[in-house]
Amino acid sequence: MTANEKKALRINACKVRMGIIEGTYAAKSGHPGGSLSSADLFTYLYFRELTVDPADPQKPGRDRFVLSKGHCAPGLYAAMALRGFFPWEDLKALRHIGSHLQGHPNMRSTPGVDMSTGSLGQGVSAACGMALAARLQKNPCRVYTLLGDGEIEEGQVWEALMFAHHYKLDNLRVIIDNNGLQIDGPVEQVMSSYPILDKLAAFGLEAVEIDGHDFDALEGAFAQAETVKGRPFAIVMKTTKGKGVSFMEDQVGWHGKAPNAEQYEQAMAELKASLAELEGE
Amino acid sequence: MADVKKVATRTGYGEALRELGALHDNIVVFDADLAGSTQTAVFGKAFPHRHFNCGIAEGNMMAAAAGAAAMGMVAFASSFAMFAAGRAYEQVRNSIGYTQLNVKIGASHGGISVGEDGASHQCLEDYALMRSIPGMVVMSPADEVEARAMVKAAYEHQGPVYMRFGRSPVPVFHDPDTFTFEIGRGEVMREGTDVAILANGLLVAEAVEAGQLLAQRGISARIINMATVKPLDEALVLKAAEECGRIITCEEHSIIGGLGDAVCSFLSETRPTPVKRIGTPDVFGHSGPAAALLEEFGLCAANIARVAEEFSKT
Repeated sequence: MTANEKKALRINACKVRMGIIEGTYAAKSGHPGGSLSSADLFTYLYFRELTVDPADPQKPGRDRFVLSKGHCAPGLYAAMALRGFFPWEDLKALRHIGSHLQGHPNMRSTPGVDMSTGSLGQGVSAACGMALAARLQKNPCRVYTLLGDGEIEEGQVWEALMFAHHYKLDNLRVIIDNNGLQIDGPVEQVMSSYPILDKLAAFGLEAVEIDGHDFDALEGAFAQAETVKGRPFAIVMKTTKGKGVSFMEDQVGWHGKAPNAEQYEQAMAELKASLAELEGE
Repeated sequence: MADVKKVATRTGYGEALRELGALHDNIVVFDADLAGSTQTAVFGKAFPHRHFNCGIAEGNMMAAAAGAAAMGMVAFASSFAMFAAGRAYEQVRNSIGYTQLNVKIGASHGGISVGEDGASHQCLEDYALMRSIPGMVVMSPADEVEARAMVKAAYEHQGPVYMRFGRSPVPVFHDPDTFTFEIGRGEVMREGTDVAILANGLLVAEAVEAGQLLAQRGISARIINMATVKPLDEALVLKAAEECGRIITCEEHSIIGGLGDAVCSFLSETRPTPVKRIGTPDVFGHSGPAAALLEEFGLCAANIARVAEEFSKT
């Protein structure tokens, strides 16, 4: 990745974060914390990794992305809007009556959403079914799915990973956003899902841990995934919940709460300053 | 019907899957460590690369089937009714129902006739659960011939389908050469004017036998096979209500939420008509031979005839 490419990704990630704030502010609800922790990943996927075409969102050979942690839809939507799947202005109708941007992703309403999710633990299973079908169809696509570190408390996640290993789904990329916080508090206090990497390895996945805000690390991990044959690949991203908005960072209270007008202004001012700094570099 | 051939409807499911598999490359079949019982193993033997055992993990199976369907496959997913509709309800609701994906749930071992395994395995709630999901087609065949035809219709149907098959062998009374099946269409097995008896699953054969018993007692009973619980054949139910004035529903299911409730809900808003629901009352079952359990819960020709005879006097 060239310096300019990385700069472009960082600029886009900052815009995605602005989209998250716009969306949740307009909705007066939603989940900014986990959307912000995954914002760099969403940006990387939609601007560098996924073979998707906004002009043809149903293209058969496209890579699939399943947002298993569906509540982070504001982040997904912002990345998709920025990529051109639908107008940026649509973000301001997030969760509104009549909007195609439902509170959680809906494949029947939003072009480019590959699977409806929201009930935790189900998206990763759907991604497994997609990867299996793709192999049968000799479709060269990859299937990516993003889970939360609280979500993996769901037993179904481990059913799915057992399945992914059993059927040798090496076209599957399982990404876990390890921001350390869930609704009721720190993951290790609510119901520890640690040690995550060891569990993934025990289930037969090739798993790496990276800094989820580092584009070079993301590039390296996805490149490594291509070299692994015969078993699924997992990336545990260490992230900061609420990343990019100072007063939301590492605060459990921002899991599922929208900013008020004052907080919106502050968050947008911070992100605009970050954007100006990035563009000035 | 003592001398007719008896075959379990789940046998028809497995055979139909095998026949469909030979015709269509886009069929995949998932099972959850019950392939021998649900009969998906018949498909698996013929097409091993398109049959996926998920192990004892029904929630993952349902959502994985949805994922395969999202890739354009027609995915059949099977377990016992208890686990397909019960344990995996929320996966069926969110990953299959909400998405309107082409997943066809083939649930075997429905009802009290599971027998000896007892209440934990006797699913008496699956129609209720599956009916409550928007867009879900809910069906149960009366015999093996209808089962085969139903599976083929499910394949052709766009969207989610729930089919319940039985464990026990039941009389085969449809002619495979002439029988046609249409989702949402009831089948009049016998004309009658005093009372209409609407049944599905193994109770269709019992209802037909009850019709004969009633004829001997001078009561003209119309017998209807309501293989599709949802969407309900409303025109046929309405016609039966208008022409017979009394309706009896028979199902191997709780009287809460199944065919009986569907018929009552429809008629109460269109043409209020007296209805008697034959099904299991609001209790769990228990272990025992299928035939004994069916008799105990009144799911047999003799009881249907008794209820109809009393009802027709009112």
